Amino acid sequence: MSDLVSLNLNMIFKSPKGETVHALKDVSFTLKKGELLTVLGPSGCGKTTLLNIAAGFLRPTSGKLTLNEKEIDGPGVERGMVFQQGALFEWLTVAENVNFGLRMKQENHEVTAKKVEEWLDIVGLKGFGNTPTYQLSGGMQQRVALARCLINDPDLILMDEPLGALDALTREKMQSLVLKIWKETGKTIILITHSVEEALLLGERLYVMAPRPGRIHKEYKLPFAEMGLKEDLREIKKNKEFSSKREEILSMIWNMEEEIMGKEN
Amino acid sequence: MLTQFLTILIFVAIIGCILYGRRLIKTEKVDAVFGNPERAKGGTHWVIVGSSAILLVWLYYSWDIAKGFYPKSANELCQVAKINESLLGLKYQFPIEEREFKSTSIIKIENKNLQRVTNEIQNSSDLNDQQKNILVRYIDQTKKLIPLLTNEDLMEMNTKLEIQELTEQIKLLSSDFQKKDYPFETAEQKAERLKAVSEQGSWGIITVRTGTGSIENTIEVPMVPETNKGLKFDYAAKELKLINDKFFKLRNHNLQFKNSIKKLKDEIKSYRKSLDDSDEIASTFAKDIVKIARRIEYASIYPPAALNEMKNAIIEFDNVQKDQQGGLWLIDLILFPAGTIVSSGTSCSEQGSGRWLPKPSDTFNKFVLMSKPSIGYKNIPLLWIEMIDVSSIIGFILPDWIADILPGEYPVHTNEGVVKQNFKGKVLKIVTGDFKLFKIPVPYGHIWDSFLRVFLGLVFGIIIGVPLGLFMGLNRFAKGFFDPLIELYRPVPPLAWAPLIISVLGIDNTGKVFLLFMVSLSIMIISARAGASGTQLSKIHAAHSLGASKRQILRHVIFPNSLPEILTGIRVAVGMCWGTLVAAEFLAGTTGIGFVENVAKKYFQYEVIWITIFIMGMLGLLFDITLRKIIDKTIPWRGKG
Repeated sequence: MSDLVSLNLNMIFKSPKGETVHALKDVSFTLKKGELLTVLGPSGCGKTTLLNIAAGFLRPTSGKLTLNEKEIDGPGVERGMVFQQGALFEWLTVAENVNFGLRMKQENHEVTAKKVEEWLDIVGLKGFGNTPTYQLSGGMQQRVALARCLINDPDLILMDEPLGALDALTREKMQSLVLKIWKETGKTIILITHSVEEALLLGERLYVMAPRPGRIHKEYKLPFAEMGLKEDLREIKKNKEFSSKREEILSMIWNMEEEIMGKEN
Repeated sequence: MLTQFLTILIFVAIIGCILYGRRLIKTEKVDAVFGNPERAKGGTHWVIVGSSAILLVWLYYSWDIAKGFYPKSANELCQVAKINESLLGLKYQFPIEEREFKSTSIIKIENKNLQRVTNEIQNSSDLNDQQKNILVRYIDQTKKLIPLLTNEDLMEMNTKLEIQELTEQIKLLSSDFQKKDYPFETAEQKAERLKAVSEQGSWGIITVRTGTGSIENTIEVPMVPETNKGLKFDYAAKELKLINDKFFKLRNHNLQFKNSIKKLKDEIKSYRKSLDDSDEIASTFAKDIVKIARRIEYASIYPPAALNEMKNAIIEFDNVQKDQQGGLWLIDLILFPAGTIVSSGTSCSEQGSGRWLPKPSDTFNKFVLMSKPSIGYKNIPLLWIEMIDVSSIIGFILPDWIADILPGEYPVHTNEGVVKQNFKGKVLKIVTGDFKLFKIPVPYGHIWDSFLRVFLGLVFGIIIGVPLGLFMGLNRFAKGFFDPLIELYRPVPPLAWAPLIISVLGIDNTGKVFLLFMVSLSIMIISARAGASGTQLSKIHAAHSLGASKRQILRHVIFPNSLPEILTGIRVAVGMCWGTLVAAEFLAGTTGIGFVENVAKKYFQYEVIWITIFIMGMLGLLFDITLRKIIDKTIPWRGKG
């Protein structure tokens, strides 16, 4: 059993002024190995907090999160992370970025080089090994970030709005890439996004989270990710079911936002 | 020779580049919009025009063009100055450079003075009527002295003859002066003069008396006439000086005047004697009147027409000498801007910009001399290489106590008086550098010393500042603990520390290196701290989740991420250190560029001052360019992350 299990996860932030923010309240879920979960929600609903706890950057106030029945209490190689801006080390070349994790573990040089070649090939950056990272476009940088994360062979991949900063065309290509990698490697993936379409397209499961306190508002099981492996993504978007789901979720989030605004006024 | 060539080259370059630039502007009609920044790009030809113009202004205002094209002109102008000086006294007697005769103006002034004293006497309440009458009578008597001098009929024959003789002398000089072989120098005199000429050297710095080992003994303008033209002026000046002296000794006193003034003086003298202490005011007035009378006596007042002949002779001579100058006056006017040599009188010095703005050729010569290891500045060259045995370097680096802590004793001589070396003794020899190895070249000199101080100060600053800065950027304790310390000493201008540090640590390298260390330390700490605390959290997160340890994150993420800030900090620190060093070397020291400038200032060696300024600018520029190259090479990602 290599599941990600969340049990009554609570996260309370205290500001220096004494205000408390309930970022997560009693979040419980189980994610099976090989599942792709997308998380959607308005800003401030605790998506990123959840991800940071999963990555081990934050400790929950109460409750626990276990991966493979081991409690998460710090960053680890078994949980890879992909950030919105890539967070690449711009002083290194593409290959050096990709093999960063292996170098830190001081693995065999030749084996590492071979692995880097393989992964660069998978993410579509063959021959870019010696390019300085700062010369890459946004989409290419995200490909490097993906390769860098995957080369460590993590059990769980956490993606924090990985495609948020890309233009529409690149984004579509990257969405296919994420699906392809998910299929080929069979990794468990949690992907956070702002885009309803993306959440629907990529998510095998989809959580819509609600803010104040941050909680899971609604859960969906979706067929589109499976379809996306065979069909063109644009075709799926024309699907009737897809449209109705999209409208439903959009209005849900819209209401949440209205509610927040109302509270503030 | 070089100056002439350079001047012509500059003219050609300026004209050529301007023509090229104009042609280019005419062909560039495409971007005719005013303010288009594209138009300001490129243009080496205008750079050439600009730098050539600077060089030309320098050549011109330092009078180097004059020196290049007319090397003898300064010497000749100096001789002209001598004539001017001799003529000055004579000319002032006549309305040549003044508005009126000297006699006329003296009479005017003294009449005015007498009138003023009269008024004061009349209005004085401290004098009684009797005193007033006596004093006014004296004034009248004094006034009557003047016509005795200005009446031509009363003039003595002797005086007339003397004036005539002087006039004849001037006339003779005028006619002689135009002769080709004037001043009729004998071969012997000529040989003597030429010997003096060769000894005095020439205008500016060309030769050096190597015997003294210093280059301080250079002359501005050679005094002994080098050319025949100069000789003429020099000789005539001497003759004129004699005439001048004779004329000033001459007094236009006839018998009648002598008697009258004697009588007046005696009368006033006896009158003053007759007065007692209570009549001090009357006595003072009487004294004033005698003073005026005496001034009239010594003022050389002549009858209005008596000196006409002489005046004409002087004017004639003046014209003749100006004639004989030939093109020299034009050279003086055009090639000696912002000053002149002529006004220096007999001292023969550059009066004007040529004095403080050294000639490029002189500066170059001096620079070459200062660079020579055999001459240098204060016996130290600017930059040279010395062969030093490696052993002495090893001996300097290894501390002597290494031998002391070894077990055993140092060798003791035996009964036979022989010293047998043992291991401990051998080690001592090594650590004190008492052995021979191969020699390596080591640079030394003023520039090297200054450079080394900056370099060492900077290196120590970086070695301590960067780790401390990174630590402060990452740790709340370190930030809080070290911050007050740094913020206390950092805002103090580095030079304010200099007197303290130099008096504690000495005027040699230690004090200066420590001062520069202080300067660079605060800059390095602040930049390293900014670099460390500016690391994006996501990068650290990424490194964490890729399995990097704390140490690895510091080494592979935080340090390279702070490199742009650290390198910029180094660049700033170099500039600050350089400025501080020069000022610190002003304060105290025995070597270094700042020291050279400070000494040169004391001896008014303008060339050396300019050379040091130039060297400092060039070295500063060199440091900056080098660092910029390093920055471009090491952190090409800067600003693109």
